[in-house]
Amino acid sequence: MSESTNPLADDEETDATDRGGTDARERETDATPEAGPDADDGEPERPDTWTPTTGAESVIAALEGADVTRAFGVQGGAIMPIYDALYHSSITHLTMAHEQGAAHAADAYGVVAGDPGVCLATSGPGATNLVTGIADASMDSDAMLALTGQVPSHMVGSDAFQETDTTGVTKPITKHNYFASDADTVGDTVGEAFALARTGRPGPTLVDLPKDVSLDDTDREPGPAEAPARSTPDPEADTAEVAAAARAIEAAERPLCLFGGGVIKGNATEEARAFAREHGIPVVTTMPGIGSFPEDDDLCLSWAGMHGTGYANMAITHTDCLIAVGTRFDDRLTGGVETFAPEAEVVHVDIDPAEISKNVHADYPVVGDAGTALEQVSAAMGESPDVESWRERCTGWRESFPMDYVVDPDEPVRPQFVVEAFDAATADDAVVTTGVGQHQMWAAQYWTFTQPRTFVSSHGLGTMGYGLPGAIGARVALDERDETDRPVVCFDGDGSFLMTIQELSVAVREHLDITVVVLNNEYIGMVRQWQDAFFEGRHMASEYDWMPEFDTMAEAFGARGFSIESYDEVSDVVEEALSYDGPSVVDARVDPQENVYPMVSSGGANGEFALTEDQL
Amino acid sequence: MSGSDDANASDADPDHPADAPDAESARRPGEDTPNRGMAGARPEERPQPAGRRNSHGVRVDPEVEAAEAERTAAVSALVENEPGVLSRVSGLFSRRQFNIESLTVGPTTVDGHSRITLVVEETDSGIDQAKKQLKKLTPVIAVGELRDDAVRAELVLLKVRGEEPDKVHAITEMYEGQTLDAGPRTITAQITGDQGKIDDAIDAFRQFGIIEIARTGQTALERGDSPTTPGEEPGHSATGADETETETAAEKTGEYDD
Repeated sequence: MSESTNPLADDEETDATDRGGTDARERETDATPEAGPDADDGEPERPDTWTPTTGAESVIAALEGADVTRAFGVQGGAIMPIYDALYHSSITHLTMAHEQGAAHAADAYGVVAGDPGVCLATSGPGATNLVTGIADASMDSDAMLALTGQVPSHMVGSDAFQETDTTGVTKPITKHNYFASDADTVGDTVGEAFALARTGRPGPTLVDLPKDVSLDDTDREPGPAEAPARSTPDPEADTAEVAAAARAIEAAERPLCLFGGGVIKGNATEEARAFAREHGIPVVTTMPGIGSFPEDDDLCLSWAGMHGTGYANMAITHTDCLIAVGTRFDDRLTGGVETFAPEAEVVHVDIDPAEISKNVHADYPVVGDAGTALEQVSAAMGESPDVESWRERCTGWRESFPMDYVVDPDEPVRPQFVVEAFDAATADDAVVTTGVGQHQMWAAQYWTFTQPRTFVSSHGLGTMGYGLPGAIGARVALDERDETDRPVVCFDGDGSFLMTIQELSVAVREHLDITVVVLNNEYIGMVRQWQDAFFEGRHMASEYDWMPEFDTMAEAFGARGFSIESYDEVSDVVEEALSYDGPSVVDARVDPQENVYPMVSSGGANGEFALTEDQL
Repeated sequence: MSGSDDANASDADPDHPADAPDAESARRPGEDTPNRGMAGARPEERPQPAGRRNSHGVRVDPEVEAAEAERTAAVSALVENEPGVLSRVSGLFSRRQFNIESLTVGPTTVDGHSRITLVVEETDSGIDQAKKQLKKLTPVIAVGELRDDAVRAELVLLKVRGEEPDKVHAITEMYEGQTLDAGPRTITAQITGDQGKIDDAIDAFRQFGIIEIARTGQTALERGDSPTTPGEEPGHSATGADETETETAAEKTGEYDD
């Protein structure tokens, strides 16, 4: 947001600088080009131990104290004092092209790094542009801290320039948000918000920072980042709950593990895998749970739900004991709840008691941390259930409903083939990000995920445009951990890519090694698929045959551009795009008529998934 | 998922991961694989379980399924009195479509704490969910559902036509109310009590012609020694020995106070 050109903002600027006192002015003098970050190669001049003197410095001190190393954001009037305090900070700031990109990048950074991502934006449009990304993080229970500038306190409520009721707007999409009111306590508030984001069930938090609070003097150092005691759940589950769940699982004839995103967020992958393997229980995952269990394992039936595998949906329909861990039973997983796992006693392990029996009744609730609770349940089980014949049935379904598709060199390239080609050419620890739509489903279906935190997507909110900023956040998280060899592949759709394409400039500027694969069918393909199935083929506003040439456009941004138009180009392009050390874009012209199957219709029965359009 | 063998061929050369199919090797994984979609038994050919759940996700006997009845519950929430807490609570109820009959709020004897009393009309699972969602709000300290024998009261102000002051007075007396304002044209009375009594009083006043009415909604406390919300400490007055504690509470909430 370049608002400082506005005369009103300039007035406010002057006003604010005056309130900042001599310190602010001195810093401004220091920031001559010679002394700037370009001249000293970005080395912080500030000593390692320092004391904040303003609210803004206190904010940064709190972030540094919480071991934050990275922030994503966009400058702007009301957040300028915070950015100024970042000038000498050890925190590396990545300027994004748009605030939505900053929020998605911070979100994806958090998913890959396992620590909350931090994003910054100014007041008004800066804050509202973050909203989509915050809502996305909220739906997916991703830990993230958003810091927003706000007009000075005395102007709040006056409809001042670039004023938005940011805490009001973000109330329903944050775990909690704060309106900072005092330079002395703002550091503690930011620390608490950061800690709260990752405590218990993770989620986004936000601190709104009026400009005067940031500029005011303070001599208080923020304390350690701590979440309120009430918000810190006990990781251990109740022993009676555990025992009851253990009895139910022992007695089951057709038990099935359902691992959700909570298994990954709770770092419970090892415990979850050990549980399923020790007891020989087949596993399905949710889409956010992809990577919690290796998809190439014999026990794994991949993911269930609307576009999940036929075998996962058969298993979930016929199980008599569903051991659900860290899932909120989203409607895209359950279909109609009336027909969801209709013969199953449900064991539901979750850290959030409000998820228990919210959508699907839990016969055996187990409230606790996923890993801790699973170990407790396993320890309480006397014997494993006898599931040999059930496992065979599951294997049979895998053979009855294979994830096949036709490859014909005389036809346009099938998108599934492109996904599999990139999967085959990359190691198991590659990170995949996606936008939202058909391409996302194909990536989730045809990439074989084996590790947690390798599938980074917009699940609950379904935000088109998540993929590219997500790839930027993922790349940064890997690079920071010296995992530069792990590839980051973003599968995007043509419509989805166009929504946040400006972030390609950031990837070029930062020389980020990402590969964007646009499965370009010149449609909002998922809508087109639904129009064909449910709206008699009327393609209202779904045909996107006005798309730019993405490979050419990538080159204009300074990235490498490739295109795929036939099968015989696939392998060379895959190799070249992956080996290019920097951002590359593959414009894969895929079969525009290809549809995503299997498909459970909205509110339908998982076991009645359609394999072709006439079955819908 | 490696159902399609061509792309994930076990002997794939890592340098040429996706060998392009030549014209002869057009791949139709199974005889039955359709050009669009997948092979496999049609939905009606697959075994389907007989069980069903109701709309709340509870397994039921499809033959005897009955709709879950709604009931009225009073829920008390002890909250930190920070700006926006009321909008967090009311926003939660509207967003999650909980039916709310009334909401009252007021400070307690602990500085910085308020009590919110909500009357909701929901199914058992809806009430349960409302309580759990309330408890998740950061400024909410404790949540309790009031028992049937809890002490409940609300207040109503009734402005009626003043033509028959004696009869208005008599009805007011009958409901142990007070006359707050009496003039030649209007009389305003105050009645307090439980919901049934208030409803009856309003009916009784209708004969005079009710001009305006204002009701507070129900507020309530548990009877005797039972705390109204779980774990709630007996309240402290803001004087004497408890001063230190109340200061601490004020300081704590002051962090986010405007």
